[in-house]
Amino acid sequence: MILFLAYSAILLSFASGGVAIAHLYKPEVNKQLVFWLLGASGLMAIFAGLGELIYPEIRLDTLSLGLPWIPWHVHFDSLSAFFFLIIGIAVFAVSLYAPHYTHHEQKDAEGFAVLSLFTGLFVAGMMLVLLADDAFMFMIAWELMSVASYFLVAFQHENAANRRAAFLYLLMAEVGALLIILAFGVVASFADGFTFDALRASTIPTSWMSIAFVLALMGFGMKAGLVPIHVWLPEAHPVAPSHISALMSGVMLKVALYGLIRFCFDLLPEVHWQWGVVLLIVGTISALSGILYAMMQQNLKRLLAYSSVENIGIIVMVLGLSMIFLANDHEELAVLALLAALFHAFNHALFKNLLFLGAGMIHHQTHELNIDMLGGLIKRMPKTSVIFLVGCMSISSLPLFNGFVSEWLAFQTALQVDVLDNGVLRSLIPVSAAALALTAALAAACFVKVFGLIFLGVPRSRHAEKAKEIEDKGMLAAPAMLAFLCFFFGIFPSSILHLIDNVAKQLLGSTLPPQSSLSLFEIAPVAMQHASYSAPLILIGAAIAAGVCFWLLTRNSETTMRIAPTWDCGFGGLTPRMQYTSSAFTMPLRRIFSAAFLIDEKVEKTMRDDTKLNVADVRYTLHIQDHCWVRVYQPIERGVNVVAKQVGRIQTGNIRTYLGYSLATLILLLWVVSL
Amino acid sequence: MNWLIAILQTALFVALAPLLAGFMKFCKCRLQNRRAPSLLQPYRDLLKLTRKQPVISEDASWLFCAAPYIIFTAMVLAASVVPFIAVDLPTSAEADVIVLVGFFAFARFFLALAGLDIGTAFGGMGSSREMTISSLAEPAMLMAVFTLTMTASTTNLSGAIEHVLNEGLILRPSFVFALFALLLVAVAETGRIPVDNPTTHLELTMIHEAMILEYSGRHLALIEWASQLKFMLYGVLISNIFFPWGIAESFGLSALGYGLLVISGKLILLCIFLAFAETAVAKMRLFRVQEYLGFAYLLGLLGMLSHIILESTR
Repeated sequence: MILFLAYSAILLSFASGGVAIAHLYKPEVNKQLVFWLLGASGLMAIFAGLGELIYPEIRLDTLSLGLPWIPWHVHFDSLSAFFFLIIGIAVFAVSLYAPHYTHHEQKDAEGFAVLSLFTGLFVAGMMLVLLADDAFMFMIAWELMSVASYFLVAFQHENAANRRAAFLYLLMAEVGALLIILAFGVVASFADGFTFDALRASTIPTSWMSIAFVLALMGFGMKAGLVPIHVWLPEAHPVAPSHISALMSGVMLKVALYGLIRFCFDLLPEVHWQWGVVLLIVGTISALSGILYAMMQQNLKRLLAYSSVENIGIIVMVLGLSMIFLANDHEELAVLALLAALFHAFNHALFKNLLFLGAGMIHHQTHELNIDMLGGLIKRMPKTSVIFLVGCMSISSLPLFNGFVSEWLAFQTALQVDVLDNGVLRSLIPVSAAALALTAALAAACFVKVFGLIFLGVPRSRHAEKAKEIEDKGMLAAPAMLAFLCFFFGIFPSSILHLIDNVAKQLLGSTLPPQSSLSLFEIAPVAMQHASYSAPLILIGAAIAAGVCFWLLTRNSETTMRIAPTWDCGFGGLTPRMQYTSSAFTMPLRRIFSAAFLIDEKVEKTMRDDTKLNVADVRYTLHIQDHCWVRVYQPIERGVNVVAKQVGRIQTGNIRTYLGYSLATLILLLWVVSL
Repeated sequence: MNWLIAILQTALFVALAPLLAGFMKFCKCRLQNRRAPSLLQPYRDLLKLTRKQPVISEDASWLFCAAPYIIFTAMVLAASVVPFIAVDLPTSAEADVIVLVGFFAFARFFLALAGLDIGTAFGGMGSSREMTISSLAEPAMLMAVFTLTMTASTTNLSGAIEHVLNEGLILRPSFVFALFALLLVAVAETGRIPVDNPTTHLELTMIHEAMILEYSGRHLALIEWASQLKFMLYGVLISNIFFPWGIAESFGLSALGYGLLVISGKLILLCIFLAFAETAVAKMRLFRVQEYLGFAYLLGLLGMLSHIILESTR
């Protein structure tokens, strides 16, 4: 039954793509059906995921697809179901949002067909990855997901920069896929067959296991966006349509994490704490540099992409903790860490989806994504602003919202280091916890900037001034639903934590420590006297405190508010240009963390006369570059070019030479065969 | 019954915060050879502000009016979590020290947004500086706090304090480091000299004041009260975690009265110490603050490492 739901989710998303093609050739086919089918696919995925999580059981099946002698093995367990749930929620939200958001694209039948077809394929590919139980099916589904999303990134290909971003994405996706194939290959060479069961049963030496781990980390990390292999994210996300970037950032990165978890915790026969340390360090670096770069961006979607790097870093870091505890035989704490990591993945899917959809709404109404050209939208788009505010508060991990709970769990895990024997680990983990604290604080600063500059203040451009609230109900309902979920899981986190506990039970064979409690009103992940957090009580307390003080202070009718012009220090003429901009807001942090960026800052002054006192004109340019580009990618690019030139020497353009090459190859091969 | 005591304790905490601010001012005035205003002056100021008509800029949004209530509520919640007179109250189980830091972050988030809401350069400047300083101070604070919580193996404040009480007087190097780290952070976070000067309105130096420049009337009263609460929260936190002796462990009337007397004594001593420090030190440049907070972070880290290397039982 539950497998049937999962299959129907996949078939419905294929059907959604098919309807788009049918509409192209038969315009009488209702094109809204595309979104209905996509929404139904999302709902089915939610049901399948929830069903499996509530009644955990490993469901197996074989499909006689693919090559005749290698059927596809299907495997649906709690881990797959959890990620199915994430995909389902995101796809359902997108299906509500897209009909109005894409109404420009819908005018161009061909463009719309392309967009919808690849959206359907993309969603189906992601779901198939989760169902795969053998390396063949996994890689086919993975490639379907990668290639379909390439076409979505390249959707607005009229612009050369977009083509470049899409090519970069495809290149990195394929290199990543190669690494994953290699990782599977290494394990499979010690096993008989490519099914996951065979891989689990393999007897593989530790050194080869570590090689497989590193290959998988690089392969999945390339998709997930770990530093320094994250560079496609900030290029590809701003280019794709917003609902697609919401799916890519909110969901596809999670699928990559699923791959990493499946490979390391399930397929490899054992884990080593050294791998955990690698994950911890890589995650910490990703989290910190992700948020530092996010802070410096002016393009909203680029900023959100870098913030995804940060959040993936946090998740990987906590996964590393889980691995360390697991390798040291503290299964219960490993479960706690896994809980924190998966819950953060879930939360990130919710609020990042919400923020990308919000960015799409802003772009839809103002045609502007540059933070420095917006402002004052809270009065012009009041509903959008509240929804976006919830997203900002969740991602800044403020109490009462879901982001806080997962970060709190991460801290609780990190504080359990006293159980470990290894002195290096015991001092490394608290330091990474402090880095996590710095990340969280910087994220709050970053999203104060985002919300403050976009929605508050005075409009900085005509577009922003003329902006109007979105009228389409679906386009508002989708992010509003996500905002509600962010709040709901912030207040009642135990509702989802119970389900994730089932995942951990299946994956690690253990549950939370016996003294822990996850009740509706209170969560105490280790023990009640150790730490507890009760969001509902805090909410009630906050409501009482705020209510009492509001009632006491507004009773006096003589003190109603008076509206007056903003005080301008007596000089007159306040203009929107006097407001703080993005680069002004982040200037102190840019200066403090200047070593983390490649900053090119120029101030050009033109003088009225030679006295150098009378300034006529000032021009300020600021260019911030990622260290990785200059230090890692540009040398690789140069190297590839040099090698290509050398190889190019054998290309003479003369047909006789090429025939000679063919002959030489033939003789060489014959010699090899005859050996 | 326990809940009633918890609520009364919170109410008392909130009510006494302006008094502590008044006392701090008193100490500073006496040290600088000035005549001090009455200890009740902060109450008079707050009362006066609530009776005035608030003036709101025409560019302000609902967020500007809602922010003071949110900030004040967050501080009241924080006050309900920190053990003030007695330990082991039911409110301390609803949130631990990480949530306490979260409450501070919540208040700061809205304060910074309110600073940006009017669209003046001052507000933006204040918000930018506040977020910068706090994002450096928060890890330092958590580092110091983690040292304590690892020693007590709980992040629950009540639990940590009881642990210190049960251990008796042991000189732990990690606690010394953590104490100084927390003191440095407290000075930065409550906007006092040498990081910020609450009495100045000079654009080059102000941080907190720049954000609240547009506030008036009851909104200003709430924000002022919230910052007095924050000052007292840090004071109580530092004195009760590091020197918990005298805090009421039972809910009898005499124990509670004794607890109130002892905490008052501790806060008075802390205020005198801070007043001396503020009088002796000059305010530093904005771009020196990161060195100051980096030092605080380093102290926290040293505390953590000395706990792991020297004190751990393994």
